[in-house]
Amino acid sequence: MEAVNLLSSNKYTEKQIGYLFISVLVNSNSELIRLINNAIKNDLASRNPTFMCLALHCIANVGSREMGEAFAADIPRILVAGDSMDSVKQSAALCLLRLYKASPDLVPMGEWTARVVHLLNDQHMGVVTAAVSLITCLCKKNPDDFKTCISLAVSRLSRIVSSASTDLQDYTYYFVPAPWLSVKLLRLLQCYPPPEDAAVKGRLVECLETVLNKAQEPPKSKKVQHSNAKNAILFETISLIIHYDSEPNLLVRACNQLGQFLQHRETNLRYLALESMCTLASSEFSHEAVKTHIDTVINALKTERDVSVRQRAADLLYAMCDRSNAKQIVSEMLRYLETADYAIREEIVLKVAILAEKYAVDYSWYVDTILNLIRIAGDYVSEEVWYRVLQIVTNRDDVQGYAAKTVFEALQAPACHENMVKVGGYILGEFGNLIAGDPRSSPPVQFSLLHSKFHLCSVATRALLLSTYIKFINLFPETKATIQGVLRAGSQLRNADVELQQRAVEYLTLSSVASTDVLATVLEEMPPFPERESSILAKLKRKKGPGAGSALDDGRRDPSSNDINGGVEPTASTVSTPSPSADLLGLRAAPPPAAPQAPSGAGNLLVDVSSDGPATQPSLGPTPEEAFLSPGPEDISPPIPEADELLNKFVCKNNGVLFENQLLQIGVKSEFRQNLGRMYLFFGNKTSVQFQNFTPNVVHPGDLQTHLAVQTKRVAAQVDGGAQVQQVLNIECLRDFLTPPLLSVRFRYGGAPQSLTLKLPVTINKFFQPTEMAAQDFFQRWKQLSLPQQEAQKIFKANHPMDAEVTKAKLLGFGSALLDNVDPNPENFVGAGIIQTKALQVGCLLRLEPNAQAQMYRLTLRTSKEPVSRHLCELLAQQF
Amino acid sequence: MQFMLLFSRQGKLRLQKWYVPLSDKEKKKITRELVQTVLARKPKMCSFLEWRDLKIVYKRYASLYFCCAIEDQDNELITLEIIHRYVELLDKYFGSVCELDIIFNFEKAYFILDEFLLGGEVQETSKKNVLKAIEQADLLQEKIE
Repeated sequence: MEAVNLLSSNKYTEKQIGYLFISVLVNSNSELIRLINNAIKNDLASRNPTFMCLALHCIANVGSREMGEAFAADIPRILVAGDSMDSVKQSAALCLLRLYKASPDLVPMGEWTARVVHLLNDQHMGVVTAAVSLITCLCKKNPDDFKTCISLAVSRLSRIVSSASTDLQDYTYYFVPAPWLSVKLLRLLQCYPPPEDAAVKGRLVECLETVLNKAQEPPKSKKVQHSNAKNAILFETISLIIHYDSEPNLLVRACNQLGQFLQHRETNLRYLALESMCTLASSEFSHEAVKTHIDTVINALKTERDVSVRQRAADLLYAMCDRSNAKQIVSEMLRYLETADYAIREEIVLKVAILAEKYAVDYSWYVDTILNLIRIAGDYVSEEVWYRVLQIVTNRDDVQGYAAKTVFEALQAPACHENMVKVGGYILGEFGNLIAGDPRSSPPVQFSLLHSKFHLCSVATRALLLSTYIKFINLFPETKATIQGVLRAGSQLRNADVELQQRAVEYLTLSSVASTDVLATVLEEMPPFPERESSILAKLKRKKGPGAGSALDDGRRDPSSNDINGGVEPTASTVSTPSPSADLLGLRAAPPPAAPQAPSGAGNLLVDVSSDGPATQPSLGPTPEEAFLSPGPEDISPPIPEADELLNKFVCKNNGVLFENQLLQIGVKSEFRQNLGRMYLFFGNKTSVQFQNFTPNVVHPGDLQTHLAVQTKRVAAQVDGGAQVQQVLNIECLRDFLTPPLLSVRFRYGGAPQSLTLKLPVTINKFFQPTEMAAQDFFQRWKQLSLPQQEAQKIFKANHPMDAEVTKAKLLGFGSALLDNVDPNPENFVGAGIIQTKALQVGCLLRLEPNAQAQMYRLTLRTSKEPVSRHLCELLAQQF
Repeated sequence: MQFMLLFSRQGKLRLQKWYVPLSDKEKKKITRELVQTVLARKPKMCSFLEWRDLKIVYKRYASLYFCCAIEDQDNELITLEIIHRYVELLDKYFGSVCELDIIFNFEKAYFILDEFLLGGEVQETSKKNVLKAIEQADLLQEKIE
C-alpha cells in the first residue's frame, strides 16, 4: 500500500522507488495492480518524459492482462504521436510489444500500424532499434499488413552495412556499426520470403555479400567484443541466406565461412558453426559443401572437451549423412557411443539406428550395426529400436539367414545384454532353421544357448523365450522332448508370474495335443509387417521437438530414395502393442492366444485355434477339480476325500498338522498380513527309508491364479528317513477367491510312486483385517449393506459344546474383530473386518446368535460382495 | 529474451529480471537449476547451452555470472554482447563496478537495465543515451532533495 502512495507522489525519488517496488516485487496478478493503474494513467498523461518512461517501464515489467486492458489502447497513440520524445517512443514500442505478447487480442490494430512501419526511417537509431522488435513480432501474425517494411528494412540495413565504422558514433560498438539493429533487421527479413522487387532484392544480396566479405577482412580490434558483434551479424546473415534457400552462391560461401570457424580457437564459434551448418546441410545447394567438412566434424566429436559442442557435432554428422558417407558416419558414431556422455546416449542410439536403416545398402550391414548398438549401449536401446530390427528382418527374406547367424554368434558372448537375448530369441525362433544345417548351430545347440540366458532375464524376456521355444518345437521336432521338459518344470508351470505360467501351460498343452499340421499353422513364420513411418524417427522427433529429423524427413529429397530403403518403412505399431510382454504370438492379427485375464480355463483359446485337430475340447466341469486343466489330468490326482475336513480345521487357526498317515506328516505354520501371507510347510518322513523324487507342488484350479499368487521355493528331491524338509510359500491375494489352491505331493517310497493331493489351508478369511468400530458405526454400515444379495444367513445345529469363550476364540481366529456392547443381547457375537486383496477390499460384518436351549446358531454375514458373503458364511458355519 | 539472472560464484542471486510471466515457485526452481548448471561448467567451455527448449547464454565477470535465457531463433553472440554492454553501462555509471555496487545500489542496476532492455528486447544501444537518461533522473532526484 505504501508503494501505491509512493507512486502517486509528485516527488521523483518517491515515485521512482514506488515503481521499482511494483516492478520487482509485485506479482503480475496481484490485487495491488488495480490500485496503481490510476497513478500510472496520470503519469502517462503528464507529458513529462521521465515520468512517462517510468510508467511505461512499469507497464512493460508487469505485463499482465489487467495492464493490457487498461493501457493497450493508449500506448499506440503515444508511440506514433508527433510530439513524443524519442525515449518515450522507444519505451512505448517495447511496452506495446510486451503487452502484445501477453495478450494479442487486447492490442487494437489500426491506422497506427502503418505509421509504426515508418519508424524504420526514424533518424534516431534508438527508436529504430526498439521499433524493429515490435514490427517483427506484429508481422508474424499479420504479414500482409506490414509488407512495406521489407524495402524499408533493406535500405536501412544497407545504409548500416556500408557505413564506415565511425559513422554512427555512439551506435558503433567496438568498430561494428549498430550490431543490435543489424541483427534485428536481418531477423525481421526472415519473416518474409525473398523480396519480389528486383531492385530491393539486388540491394539485399549486395548487403549479404558485404557481410560475408567483411568476415574475411582482418579484424579492426583484437577485442572479443569486436569479433562477437561482427560474427553475430554474420551468423544472422547466414540464417537469412538459409531461410531464402535460393542463392546457391551465397549458400556455398556461407558454408565455407562456417568451415573456417569449425577450427577456430573460440569454443563459442565452433559451437555456433556446428549448429549453423546443421541447417545448411538440409539445403540441396549446400549439402555437398557441408559434406567436405566431415573429417573436421568427426574430429570435433572425438576431441571437443565440452559436451554441448560434442552434441552439436553429433547433430551435424546426423544431418550431413547420406548414402555416400553413411558407413563412415555410423561407425564413428558407434565408436563415440562407447565413451559418450550418458545424457546423450539414447539420442545417439536413435540416430545411429535411423541412419543405419535409412542408408543401408545391404542389410547385413544394417543388422551388424544394430547388434553393435545393443552390444555397446544395450541399456540405451529402446524398445522401438529392437522392434524395428525385427520388423526389417521379418520383412526382408534376403537378410534372414545372415541375421540368424549373426545373432547366434553374438549370443555366444559370455555376457550379453538382455536386448540381445530378446532379438536373438525372436530371430532364432523365426529363422533358426536357416542355420540349423551347420552342426555348430544345430537345433539343440541353439536351444541350449538361448536357455543358458533364460534364468538371468526379466519376465518379459523369459516370456518371449518361451514363445521361441514353442516355435522351436515346430521348426525342430527333435527338440520337442527337451523343450516340453523345460515347460513342464515346476519353475515354469507354477511360476508366480501369471504371464509366464500361462504361457508355459498353454505351450505345453499345445505341443502335446496339437498335430504337426496344426502346430505348423499356429506357429507359422510371422507375416511381413505393414509398412509405415518408422517409429524410431517418431521417437527422435518427440525427444528433440519438431524439426529434429528435418534432414531425413521432408526437408531434403533424397535423389535415390526409390531403392531398397524407400521400400522398407514399416511401423512398429504392431509390435509395440501395449502388452507388457509383446512377443511372437501376441503380435498376430488373430485373437491373442490368451489374454492374461482369460475368463475360463487357460487352455481354451489355444484349443479353439486347433479345434479341427485331434484335440478334445476340455470342458469346464462344475467342480474345481474337473475344471483344472493346467498340467493335464493325468498329472495330479483329485484331492483325498478328507481334504475338505482337513481344510476346515485351519479356517480359524494358522498352525498345526495338516495331514498325517503312516509315511508322511505335513505340518503348517503360517502368518498373514494385509493381502500377503507366508506359509511354512513341514514334510516329515515317518519311515526309515528315503523318499525319492519328492515334489510338493501348489497348483491353482481353474482361474484361481488370477485371484491368488502362490510362489514356492523348491525343496530337495530326497527326504531321508526320519528327516523333515521345509517348504516356504509366499502368498499374495490378488482378488477375492472361493476355492483354495491344491497341494500335490508326489514321491517314490521304496520304488512305489506315492501321490497325495490336499487343499492348501488358504481361505479368503486369512486376509481379514479386524476393524474396531462403535455400535453406531456398525449399525450404519449394517444398514448400508441391506441388499438381499449382500447378506448370507445360515441357521444350523451346534456340532460342538456351546462355550462362549471357545466361540470367541474361533471368531477371533477367523479374523474379524469382536465388537462388545453392540448387540443389545450380550449373548450374541458381533464382528467386523476388511478382507484385503490386491485389487479390492471387501468390508465384512457378521453376527452370530447362539440359542443354548435349541443348541442352534444363527449366523448372518453382510459384505459388499455377494459371493464373499456366502462363502464366509459357509466356512464359518462349519466351525461351531 | 525471457529472463536475465545475475548471481555470484557462491550461487547467491544478485539481480533477476523476468520478461515472461511465471509464478514465484517456477522462478525459484528455474533459478536454482540454472545456477547449479552454470556454476558446474568449466571456464573454457562455450558460453551457450541448451536448456529445456531455451538457449542459455552466460558470461562471467569477476565473481559475477550474467546469465540470459533466449528463444530458439535468437542470436547467441549478440546476446553475449548485450551482457557486455550492460556490464559496460554499470561500469561507467559506478566507475569500475564490483559486486558490492550491485548489492547496495540494486535499484540503480535495475534502472539502468530498464533503460537498456525493455520487455526482453534491446531498447537503446547507445551508451551515451542510456547514461544520459539515468543522469537526468539522478539530477531530478537531487534537485528535489
